[in-house]
Amino acid sequence: MRKVYMDNAATTPLLPEVREAMMPYLGDIFGNPSSLHDWGDGAREAIGAAREQVAALIGASADEIIFTGSGTESNNFAVKGLALARQNKGKHAVISAIEHFSVLHSARTLEKWGFEVSEVPVDKHGVVDPDDVARQLRKDTILVSIMHANGEAGTIEPIQKIARITRERKIPFHTDAVATVGTIPVNVAELGVDALSLAGNQFYGPKGVGALWTKKGVRIMPLLDGGIQEDGRRAGTENVPAIAGLGKAAELAKTHMTDRMKRLAPLRDHLLKELPKRVERVVVTGHPQHRLPGHASFCVEFIEGESMLMLLNSKGIAVSSGSACTSRALKASHVLIAMGLSHEIAQGSILFTLGIDNTKEDVDYVLEMMPPIVDRLRQMSPLYAKFSKTVKGGK
Amino acid sequence: MPVYSEKVMDHFTNPRNVGEIENPDGVGEVGNPVCGDMMTFYIKVKDNRLEDVKFKTFGCGAAIAVSSMVSEMAKGKTLEEAMKITPRSVADELEGLPKQKFHCSNLGAQALNKAIEDYLSKKKGEAKK
Repeated sequence: MRKVYMDNAATTPLLPEVREAMMPYLGDIFGNPSSLHDWGDGAREAIGAAREQVAALIGASADEIIFTGSGTESNNFAVKGLALARQNKGKHAVISAIEHFSVLHSARTLEKWGFEVSEVPVDKHGVVDPDDVARQLRKDTILVSIMHANGEAGTIEPIQKIARITRERKIPFHTDAVATVGTIPVNVAELGVDALSLAGNQFYGPKGVGALWTKKGVRIMPLLDGGIQEDGRRAGTENVPAIAGLGKAAELAKTHMTDRMKRLAPLRDHLLKELPKRVERVVVTGHPQHRLPGHASFCVEFIEGESMLMLLNSKGIAVSSGSACTSRALKASHVLIAMGLSHEIAQGSILFTLGIDNTKEDVDYVLEMMPPIVDRLRQMSPLYAKFSKTVKGGK
Repeated sequence: MPVYSEKVMDHFTNPRNVGEIENPDGVGEVGNPVCGDMMTFYIKVKDNRLEDVKFKTFGCGAAIAVSSMVSEMAKGKTLEEAMKITPRSVADELEGLPKQKFHCSNLGAQALNKAIEDYLSKKKGEAKK
C-alpha cells in the first residue's frame, strides 16, 4: 500500500544528513559541554556551531540564541520570562485568540500570578488585525505575543505591522514562529520582533529541541534555576546531539528553503483547489493566499474528523484533525472556533500538512481516496441524512 | 491511532446495521454536534422483540463502533432485555474503550433506550385511542 505522510505540522521526519550530524554526539563525543577537559571541548564546539547555524537561519547573532527543550518550552520561557522581568513596570499582556496552547496556557498562568491578559480576535481566515492589537495596548502592557503562523489554520500573521506598533510603544513583542522558521523566510530584524520561538522538529530536525531568540538587551527571567548554561538563561546540561541536529537542520533549511517552497506551494494549491471539487460541502479553512507552503486544511460537513483520519490511515495516509473527538480535552479546536466556525463544522476538521517528501502522486492519491471515505461516513451520518432530505429534497 | 481494541476497529471499519428503517416503531436520538457525537436509532418491534435495529451516527471511531455494537447486541432481544444494555456492557463487549471516550462516545445504549421508550409511549397513546 502507498504510504503518504501529510502530518508535518505534528512533526517532520528527520533528514538523514541531520541524523549523521547527531551521531558523533551519541557516540564518542559524549562529554558535558561545561567540562573543562578535552571531553567537554567537542561537545562545546558542537553547540557553538549549532548556535551559529540557527542564528544564520533567522538573521540573528549567535549570542542571542538560547537552546531549549522544545517549542513549548521556548513559548513558556518567552511569555512567563519576559512578563516576570517587567512586572514592576506593569502587569498586562496581549495575545491572540489562536495562539498555541504553550502560549495560551502560559498566559493563563500569568493571570494566576496576578497579570491581566487581553485576547485579540481573528477574522474568518484566522488573521489578526494589527489595529485590534493597538486597541488593546495600555500604559501597563509589558508583553505582546502573537504567533507568526498558525499550525492549524496555516495563516501567516502580519507580524511586521504589529511590530511597528509595539516598537513605537516600546513594548516587547514575542512571536511564536515554530510553524514558520525553517519553512518560510524568517528574519528577526525584518520582522521587528524582540523575541522569537522555534522548534527543530518542524523543519526536519530532531524532536525535543527548540530555541528562543531574544534581541540583545531584552531582559528575560530564567524559568530553570541551576548552572550557568546558555549564559545563565537556561540551566541544565545541554542536549548536545539534538542541538547539533537542530543546527544541521537549520543550515539545510537555509540552503534549500526556496526550492522546498517552490515544490510545496503548487502541491498545496492543487489539493486546496481539487478537494472541494471532488467532495461537496467542503470548507477551506485558513487564509486562501497568506498561508504556509505545505498547508491545506478543510472542514468536511456532516462528518467527524477522527473517523476520517482513521479511514485515511487505513489507506496509508497520515493526517490530523482539530475536531473535539481527536483532542484529549474533547473540545473543538479553539483556532477553528475563533475563526467563527460552528462546533458542528469544526467537527469535520481535516488537516493535510505536506512535507518535502510528498509528490504530486501523493496528492492525487489523497484526492482519489477522500471521496469514497467521505461518502462512506456520510451514509452513516444523521446530519447528512437531514441535509439530503431538506436541502436536496431527495430521499 | 487512538488506542482502540481490535473489536472497536472491527466495528468501526465494518459497522453492522447502518441505515434507517422506513416507518420505524420507535426512534431515539441523542447527543449533539457540539459535544461531538450524535446517534439516531431506529427500531422495528414484533411480539415484544426487537425485530430490526438500525442506526445513523455522526462522530468518532468509538461512537461508530459503539452504535454498531449496540445494534448487534439488541437485535432479537425482548424489549426488557434490550433495556438492560448499558454503556458498561457495551464497552465490555467492545473489549474496552479509551477512558476519555467512555462518556462522550458511549451513547448507543441511551439512544436505543430512547427508541424503545418512543415505541412504548406511542403504543400507550394508541391504546388510549
